[in-house]
Amino acid sequence: MIGSIAATELLGLGPEIFGLFVAFGFMVGVFFGFFGMGGSFLVTPALLILGYPAPVAIGSSMAFVFGTAAIATMKHHDAGQVDYKLGALMFVGISVGIELGSRLVFGLEVLGIANVVVGVAYVLLLAAIGVLFTRSALDTDDDDGDDSEGDADEVPAIARKIQSYEIPPMTTLADGSRASLWTISGVGGGVGLVSGFLGVGGGFVRMPAIYYVIGTSLAAAVGTSLFGGLMSGAVGAFTYGRAGVIDLGIVTALLVGSALGARIGSSATAYVDEDDVTIYFGLMLLVASAAVGIGELSSWLSMPVLDRLSFVLLIGSALLVCAMILYHGALAVRRTRGVPGSPRRGE
Amino acid sequence: MTGTELLAGASPSVQALAVIGVVLLEAIALYVGYGAVEEAVGPAVLDRLAKAR
Repeated sequence: MIGSIAATELLGLGPEIFGLFVAFGFMVGVFFGFFGMGGSFLVTPALLILGYPAPVAIGSSMAFVFGTAAIATMKHHDAGQVDYKLGALMFVGISVGIELGSRLVFGLEVLGIANVVVGVAYVLLLAAIGVLFTRSALDTDDDDGDDSEGDADEVPAIARKIQSYEIPPMTTLADGSRASLWTISGVGGGVGLVSGFLGVGGGFVRMPAIYYVIGTSLAAAVGTSLFGGLMSGAVGAFTYGRAGVIDLGIVTALLVGSALGARIGSSATAYVDEDDVTIYFGLMLLVASAAVGIGELSSWLSMPVLDRLSFVLLIGSALLVCAMILYHGALAVRRTRGVPGSPRRGE
Repeated sequence: MTGTELLAGASPSVQALAVIGVVLLEAIALYVGYGAVEEAVGPAVLDRLAKAR
């Protein structure tokens, strides 16, 4: 029987907080559509800062990852960029990894330190990825004029080296290359562990792992990674859903915003040079890392003002990057569509 | 609102599957719905952006 919903609430949330999650989902969707990742690792910290318990924050984030990845996979399926066989083979490792990660969270919850440990892990993870993006953007600036981007169909040297170690059983991938089931399971297990522990889709780990360790084309790595996100999100949502900790109101509000944001972010890639905004994305992750750290300090020092500062920093930095993408997108549309025959990015 | 309210009295696994089913349905509806909106108003929005000063 479908539960009743109070007239003044939307799926258990007040209109203001529902609207806040729709707006936040829109920002996350723009990142996801534009960068192809970064959809979820802002959601869990935001929920933690808002005072949701770690299992609710992670479980709801996993369900959101599942919904977002389902939408993205539908888009990439249309472009024929999903290796379903590889994705299905990774499923076992992902499931085991998520189960281990979620058991770790529930174990830490019993000890009363889940929020602290997950928060600290987030600070380190966001800082590390932020440094990587910022350095990558600065390196690109230094290399201006050199447009030698990697061939989308090329398999990186390190992947070819790993593929050369033929540890049976071997399997043939959709593009004809071969990979060991041990490699595929190892990648799936590692990504699943990160997903289950932190409540993230793990795309920022999974996509590079498929590309550099298993060894597929870049396009197939992106599409298959999204399919993997769908599966890890489903397994994670099932695991946390069994514990009854997924807040469907939060997930629905985030999806309403992110599905629209992802369309706009994805369309913006046709006009905006990613290098123009990558440095903002890297800096945003560094600010987000500081925000989560301040949120943890707030709990330890019992200073609510730090909690508010943390929330403002997280939302403010995300809003700034979202605005930069939309601003650069609008400028590029005027530039390219205003001049007949102007080439678009990627054409 | 959680899966426990969605299917009161059902086993935890069924409740979890119901949550996944609801999220999947929402995702499909949003993909199709926003796709239709994009097709209908997308070109006009881009044209307006291109002409805006």
